[in-house]
Amino acid sequence: MAHALGTPVVVLKNVEKRFGLVEVLRDVSLSVARGETICVIGPSGSGKSTLLRCINALIPISKGSITVDGIEVADPRLDKLALRRKVGMVFQQYNLFPHRTALENVMMAPIHVLKQNRAEVSERARILLAKVRLAGKEHVYPGELSGGQQQRVAIARSLAMNPLVMLFDEVTAALDPETKKEVLVTIRELAAEGMTCILVTHEMSFAREAADNVYFTDQGVIVEHGPPAQLLANPKEARTRAFLDQVL
Amino acid sequence: MMPLRSGTDMAVLLPAGGALARPVVDARAVGFTERTFSPAVLGALLALFALAVAAAEAHGQPASAARAGILATLWKWAPLLFSGFLFNLLVSVLSMALGTVAGLALGLAQVSLLWPVRKGAGIVTQFFRNAPWLVLLFYCMFLLPFDVAVFGITVPLPAWFKAVIGLALPVMANVSEIVRGGVRSIPIAQWESAEALAFSRRQILWMVILPQSLKRMLPPWMNLYAILTMATTLISIVGIQDGMTLVRSALIAEQRTELFIPMYLMLLTWFFLYCYPIARLTMALERRFAVRA
Repeated sequence: MAHALGTPVVVLKNVEKRFGLVEVLRDVSLSVARGETICVIGPSGSGKSTLLRCINALIPISKGSITVDGIEVADPRLDKLALRRKVGMVFQQYNLFPHRTALENVMMAPIHVLKQNRAEVSERARILLAKVRLAGKEHVYPGELSGGQQQRVAIARSLAMNPLVMLFDEVTAALDPETKKEVLVTIRELAAEGMTCILVTHEMSFAREAADNVYFTDQGVIVEHGPPAQLLANPKEARTRAFLDQVL
Repeated sequence: MMPLRSGTDMAVLLPAGGALARPVVDARAVGFTERTFSPAVLGALLALFALAVAAAEAHGQPASAARAGILATLWKWAPLLFSGFLFNLLVSVLSMALGTVAGLALGLAQVSLLWPVRKGAGIVTQFFRNAPWLVLLFYCMFLLPFDVAVFGITVPLPAWFKAVIGLALPVMANVSEIVRGGVRSIPIAQWESAEALAFSRRQILWMVILPQSLKRMLPPWMNLYAILTMATTLISIVGIQDGMTLVRSALIAEQRTELFIPMYLMLLTWFFLYCYPIARLTMALERRFAVRA
């Protein structure tokens, strides 16, 4: 994506995360500018999902600093809810609320968290569902939707909060190739509109075409990063090359 | 969030997986209950009752002008005894309501993030869940005062209401476990996605977790109610005039030993007719919401 990048929105400095004796993240530093789309790639267990969960404080970090639009995540007095209003997150298993319809799933957070007017929220939720190509599915329960459709509802649900940043945690990993495409197209449109996106993904072609920067992680360390054209075609590190040889 | 405690025998504590919304119907189980329902079970009960009356008739002196037959005597006492039975039902409903409200609070305290609250609620739950109901009933009857002062007004605490409290205590503890199990049975991913949407913990519990766990909590809750209804006859031991007490009084008034079996059987039949459909409905719901182990 060749649009101009703005000021840094998400900044990680020397982040460490330990689960007991296991070091999941070691000295991770990165900076994501407003409107930038980055892809984090790497083998399973390299700490990619943990990295995302640290950004919206689902998991506390052990050391270092993460700021999101100036809010310090490591601050013990952190207002988690204020932070999470700025950060949307989409999960691998969609995690829609099964007892609510697609429309209600999208409407719940703006009504109950942001205390917005129900009629306005409803109108906006319908627009968002149309945007992710699910017009007509408003009153369908998640159980009756396909995986790809559920995932797009999940994206609409996050967008309804008007987040500053969107986190995508292997959102296409559970989908078949066809539905995968529907979801990736939706995310690409979002990125093209200037949404700041952080994706953990195994979709190399998506990383090549949609990302501004790609980060390769292994064993909790960012091995190298750079524009996709450079990193995916000409990696500097032997470890990155070995990984790419396996997946490409 | 606390990890799932192992060693559970409660179906609600088993992992939900994809079985959450999907009804799993075991055709064999349906056929089995369809066949055993009403005709056979109710027929057997009726036959038992007829047998008991016939046996009593044969055992006692023949009916005469001064001595009514067994059925006629039962019919004579039935209205009074039935009012006693209705009192048992009233006690069961009140105890269940009180125990459910208290149990819900205690169960939610069991999933609190504050460990003293969680531990305290756990201890209270285990204490009342593993204490004999009759002992709890005795304690309530003799330790609770005759009246309580509420905002300066003295409100009498009648014996029957103390009995209601006594029965509500074990109900509370069991509901507490049902609630804890129901909340724990919802996948962690539901918590995560709601947290990521900036819902507060309280909102997550009331809007996301409890609505989903409600249908899993319903069968064990109904089961508990059926057990409680039968256990309400315990209050006759602590001197409350319920169905049991009235049967005993009627037997003393009649002075006929052959009435003993049919009259108690009449009371039993009423309880059975009330509790059996609840048990059947519970089984039907369990099948509908079945969780594959």
